Order: sequence, then C-alpha cells, then structure tokens
Amino acid sequence: MLAVMNLQVHYGGIAAVKGISFTVNKGETVALIGANGAGKTSTLKALARLLFLGAKGSIRLAGEEIIALPPHQLIGKGLALVPEGRGVFARLSVAENLAMGAYIRDDKAEIAADLARIHALLPRLKERQKQLAGTLSGGEQQMLALGRALMGRPQLLLLDEPSMGLAPLMVQKVFETIRAVAASGVTILLVEQNARLALETASRGYVMESGRITLADSAATLLADPRVREAYLGE
Amino acid sequence: MLVALALMTLPFALSAAGTAWVRITNLAILYVFLSLGLNIVVGYAGLLDLGYVAFYGVGAYVYALLASPHLGIHLPFWIILPIGAALAAIFGVLLGTPTLKLRGDYLAIVTMGFGEIVRIFLNNLSRPINITNGPQGIARIDPVRLDGINFGRDDVWFGLTVNGPTKYYYLLLLLLIAVIVVNMRLQNSRIGRAWEAIREDETAARAIGIDTTRIKLLAFAMGASFGGVAGGMFAAIQEFISPESFVLTESVMILAMVVLGGMGNIWGVIAGALLLSFAPEMLRYTVVPVQMAVFGRLLIEPEVIRMLLFGLALVLMMRYRPAGLWPLRARQREFSKQDVAK
Repeated sequence: MLAVMNLQVHYGGIAAVKGISFTVNKGETVALIGANGAGKTSTLKALARLLFLGAKGSIRLAGEEIIALPPHQLIGKGLALVPEGRGVFARLSVAENLAMGAYIRDDKAEIAADLARIHALLPRLKERQKQLAGTLSGGEQQMLALGRALMGRPQLLLLDEPSMGLAPLMVQKVFETIRAVAASGVTILLVEQNARLALETASRGYVMESGRITLADSAATLLADPRVREAYLGE
Repeated sequence: MLVALALMTLPFALSAAGTAWVRITNLAILYVFLSLGLNIVVGYAGLLDLGYVAFYGVGAYVYALLASPHLGIHLPFWIILPIGAALAAIFGVLLGTPTLKLRGDYLAIVTMGFGEIVRIFLNNLSRPINITNGPQGIARIDPVRLDGINFGRDDVWFGLTVNGPTKYYYLLLLLLIAVIVVNMRLQNSRIGRAWEAIREDETAARAIGIDTTRIKLLAFAMGASFGGVAGGMFAAIQEFISPESFVLTESVMILAMVVLGGMGNIWGVIAGALLLSFAPEMLRYTVVPVQMAVFGRLLIEPEVIRMLLFGLALVLMMRYRPAGLWPLRARQREFSKQDVAK
C-alpha cells in the first residue's frame, strides 16, 4: 500500500529525517513511535505533503509516486490525514464537518451510506450532529476528525498523535475507536508518542531515533524488547 | 411585499426631506456592495484585508477613464461595469498571490500596504503620460445612459418629476438584488463551504482535498469584483473622482461595517453598512440645530462628535455584542459559550 524509500527531510541545514525506508501493507496497522524530536512528525508531514521545502526520496502509494503531488490531491489517491491537534472546523457543526470530509466526492448515495457507517462506528457523532465542533470535548473532536477523514473513503489513514492533549480515559476510548476503524478494513499508519498504546493497537512497529529508524519488528516483539521497554515504556 | 413596496416608494418619501437624502441612500447602497464584497474575503474565507478600498478605486477609475472627456472615450456603462469588475478581480489575484501564506496581522499589514500603493499610483500617474490626472482627479464623467434615459438629469414622467438620484436609486436597487442573490448562492455553494473550511483550519482543509491556493485567490477575486462594481457606480453617480476618495480610512470603515453588522452573515453585513452610512448623516442634521437651540452657538463640530460616537459605539459593541449586531448563528453560539465559561 505504502512504500517509503530513503526519505530525507531537511530544515535549512538541519536534517530531521535522515533517509528512512519503511512499508505499510494493505489492511495492517503500523505504528511509528519515538521520542520528541525523533523525526516522526516530519516523516508524517512529508507523507501528507505539508512541508514548505519538500522532502527527498520516494513515497509510493499503491505503486504511484506521490512525493511531488500537491497536498489537496492526496485524498483523491486514497490517502487521508488526521492532523495533529485534530483540526476540526470549530465553527461548523458536527454534521457539516463530516459532510466536508466528502468534499471531493459527488456520489450522493454512497456518501449517505458512508455517513451511516461512520455514525454506527462513532455513535457519539450522531448524537451531537447539530453541535458546533468547537464545543465538543477533545476526545469527541478526535473522533470527529477521524470520521471526517473516513468520509473521504481513504485506503490509507495517517494519524498524527491522536492521544495528544487528551485525558487518559479519553485516550483509551479514542484508541478503541482506532481499533474499530482498523477492523473495518482501513490501513492505518499511526504516529504516536504513547508507545505502549500504539504498539498495543498496531500489528507492526518502527522505532525512530534522531532521524533514523533504529528498530523494526512486529508490535508484540517490540513490546517485549528490553530496549523499547526501557526507553519508551518507562521500565 | 410590504418591504418591496417600501423600497419602491422610498426615494419619493426621501425627496420630501430633500434630494440630498436620496443621494445619501445611494451612497449607502454602494457601501452595502463594498461590505458584501469584503465579507467574502474577511467573513467567509477569514482573510483580514485592510486594503479593500483599492478595488473600489480600480473600479471607479476604470469607469472614469472609459467614460469621460479625459481620454475621449465614451463607452456605455453596461460594458464598463464588467470590465471594472474583471480588472478589480485581477488586482485581487495580484494581491492574493504573494500573500497566500500569510494570515491574520501579517496579511493585514501587506493588504494595507497594497491599498496605499494603489492610491499613490492613482495620485502620481499623471506623469510622464497623464493617465489618472493625479490629485486633480477626473471630472465630467458620463452619467449612466440607458435606452435614451439620462440618469444625470431630471425627467418628468406621467406628471411626476423623477430626478437623477432617484433614477440611480432604482438602478442600484436592481444591482443590489443581484449582488445579494449572488452572495447567498455563493455562501451555500461548494466554494462557500471551502472558504469556511479554510477559515477554520487550513491544514485540515487541504487534507480533505481543497485546493487552498485556488480557493483563496477566488475569494480575493470575487470580493474585489464587488468592489469594482461599486467603484464604477460611484464614478457614474458622482461624475467626478479623485484619489482622495480611496484612502485607508475608507478600508477601515468598510471593515467596521462588516464587523459591526456580523461577519459572515449577509443580512448582518447589510445592516452594518446601512447603519454606519446613515448614522453620520443623521448626526450632521441633528448636532448643529440641537447645539444652536441649547447653547445658542456651535460648541463641538459635528465631525468631532461623529468620531466620538463611532468610537463609543464600537467599544460598546465589542463589550455587549462581540459577534456583531446580527451575527452568524455559529458565531453567536461560539461567543455565548465563552460567556458561560467565564
């Protein structure tokens, strides 16, 4: 589904991502974990084409090179981003936010079917349809951002720090939702600081350290790895 | 129906109080055009533009140059008005392109500079080739002529004297309806929703597939074209224009109309424009007689009182109705929620 080859991101003279390669296969959930400043967010921004200066290397989505594509065309190729800090349209209602997720689509019947599916998956969004997105709690906003991304019917979902700024209980709920989304057949790349939760959710994981991938394995193996346990699980 | 009837007979009622009031009404309608145009940029797309008067100026000068003895060209107004709108739209894109990555205060500063640049050009393009006639402005601009009817003159129809401003009033009323319809359709269109999305969160807007570059430039161009139309009509009605009419305070005033009325809501913006257009004129006609009656002489100039009351009104508004007189439902809820949180 996604094949990243020798990806490099530079900010001026500083290299944030120093030539990393990884893959995400169809149907799996892959976690990209690491400490602050390891280059996780830069990697994700390169994938979502949100860097001003651009990135070097190769990013192939279903075999097609997307590293030079303008960002608004990505959703059409099946790649949806749930941005860091959620990025819901605060002064639009929940229903309007979800409708905006289908901005590039015009198949009304299919959109309605997807909306019903998302409402079933995230019943909270149905209850709050008329409420302004800005008045939702952080966790609900995260779910709305997820729902909105799903309305674009993506093949690959990029999640940027979904646990950020949420109360522990809410984090659990959001990750339950992510698992449900993954179970519905969506491929997910999860970039997350909360390593334990990310690895418990994903099937495989990559560990980033100062711009490079230092470990790559199945999530269960990584969870058991003493280096991961010491550095990221606080043991 | 009642509103329509009132709007149709309004100029005759106003004429009883003096033709000046019809002129004031016409000017107020022009400010409605301007406010609705700026509302697209500021209210819908959330791009703070402090140089909006530049597009008004472009429209006015296009009309003046294509329908006056200055260049010896005399085109009919229905040809010039679209040209003015189109050229204003091009200027809108010209302003939008280098400012695509700016937001908020930074954008405000650049747009303010843009407005001043256009004004200074108008002021100085009299040499080496005399295009704008500099600070003297352009005089003897053709009034609107339509089907043999000259809008600059009085006519007697069915025993009723219909003066120039009254004719312009009806023309402006027609244009106003068109402008409001266009605005309403824009707001509920795919483009309108894309503007709102960009205003709320640009990154997320891109992620759902909105070409933010194109949509933002479209906002600048659309907003500017309304300014261009208003400028053209202004030149026709006044029959004289000079760079003095297109100064920064005009931009600020139009922005105040948008904010005071309720950003993003068409009817609020219209109310704001009418209020800020009429209130100073009302003052002009009351301040002097009242002072003469009370003190026997003029103590405070009307102009001073006007700015004083204007400032006071803005302060009170921001304190008690921060979302505007007639706000967008969404903004009203947003603000009331904040109040509860306090």
